Amino acid sequence: MRRTVRDASQAFERSPVLTALSVTTIAFSLFAFGLFGLVALNIRAALQRVEERVEIRAFVADGTDAEAIAAAAGDIAAFPEVLRVDIVSKEDALARARRELSEFSDVFEAGVLPASIDIQLKPGFRDPSSVQSVAERLHSYPFVDDVRYGEEWLVQLYRLRNIAGVAGFALGLAFAAVAIIIIGATIRMAVLARAEEISIMRLVGATDGYIRRPFLLEGFVKGVMGGLLALLLAWLSMHLVDRYLNFDTVFFPPALAALGVAAGALIGVVGSGAAVGRHLRRL
Amino acid sequence: MIRFDHVSMEYPRSGKALDDVSFRVAKGQFVFLTGPSGAGKSTILRLSYFDEQPSQGVVRVSGLNSERVSRREISKLRRRLGIVFQDFRLLEDRTAEANVAFALEVTGTPRAQVGPRVSRVLTQVGLASKATAYPKELSGGEQQRVAIARALVNDPFVLIADEPTGNLDERATRGVFQLLREINASGTAVVMATHDLSLVRSADYRTLELNRGKVVFDSAEAPEAMA
Repeated sequence: MRRTVRDASQAFERSPVLTALSVTTIAFSLFAFGLFGLVALNIRAALQRVEERVEIRAFVADGTDAEAIAAAAGDIAAFPEVLRVDIVSKEDALARARRELSEFSDVFEAGVLPASIDIQLKPGFRDPSSVQSVAERLHSYPFVDDVRYGEEWLVQLYRLRNIAGVAGFALGLAFAAVAIIIIGATIRMAVLARAEEISIMRLVGATDGYIRRPFLLEGFVKGVMGGLLALLLAWLSMHLVDRYLNFDTVFFPPALAALGVAAGALIGVVGSGAAVGRHLRRL
Repeated sequence: MIRFDHVSMEYPRSGKALDDVSFRVAKGQFVFLTGPSGAGKSTILRLSYFDEQPSQGVVRVSGLNSERVSRREISKLRRRLGIVFQDFRLLEDRTAEANVAFALEVTGTPRAQVGPRVSRVLTQVGLASKATAYPKELSGGEQQRVAIARALVNDPFVLIADEPTGNLDERATRGVFQLLREINASGTAVVMATHDLSLVRSADYRTLELNRGKVVFDSAEAPEAMA
């Protein structure tokens, strides 16, 4: 083990330029992938924020008894999909309209707008079919005149979400593949730079395992260094975006960041193992 | 010790390199492999350290058989062989002593033994004073001596040398050849490929002459040798 560590660190010392080049290449490949991941993460977060605004409004017929409305609100709150129920009186409805819509600023007479029961759904039940199923149940109350939930808008939102999901997955795969290919080529270059040394090692009787071990360690260290550097670059770019474009961005949670570095290490080890293995088979 | 039985070697592109070659090298023997370029000298040497597998026939070296040998056994065998090339094959970024120590390190020799053994062989090849020089600071003959020291440091039972004097001037050639003779005199067998006939004539060693992949002359079987 001590020999493996010494050989690997000597390889760094003997060819600092090549080492720096491999670490940088690994870092930038992972950075490109990470940047894509950040964009995907932020689009998802933005869509989630929009989704939180999905709301069903059941308009109540004029003259309905307040107790009946309260009883219905209690029932509705017990639906498994429902997060929260609010009863909005005619007065509340007008006050909200005056607050949100300028054309209501000179309307003072309550009764212009109907009272309603406003329902927010739990996460996971905000898709068009769940919303529709709740809406249909609301229709069964005799005093409910109409149910609105912005059906068209909701369908569009979900279509956008699905497109973003599929495109994100495909692009993610492509980015990951490019990163792996570039990192693989870089590592192979490092192995080829030491082809002479490897062939002499074989000639004087080194076993395959003995030759392979320092390369695996080297790949691991380069992968971790590249991963950390990529993480730093991603974090810096996010801060630049935050600062100059004033976006409210989200960064990778620590577990995901650690996974990214681990992925770098894994690519480093597997890439080195494959490159040396390929080389050894020809000796 | 080394035994070739009806060995043929054929390459997909360049065709037949060896054609039904059989011979034995005994313990402690010095054998010249001679013949024109492309006669098959290097192929015989590569087969002897199992760098290649014969297309037909069997190569046996120190109890290992080319038909059944594993990569691990090949590694173990090479620790007891010394191999020297025309182009020295030294690591340019390491000193003479580091190049020699390399052969001990990769075979797991305890660290305390490495230093003394390296200086012993460097003294043996006459390069004790140049231990810390890098290959490019050494002459061709000196570089070949470092390569020989590296081959000797594991106390091999045979030294396999492929045109070891091919890149050297006459004086360096004499020096390196003298060194190989001394190594042989101390009990190590030497198999040396060369096309330098003056060298072959200068010593009374067994000579295997190859032409187009066949052994066309073996001094061990020649009438005057039999007599």
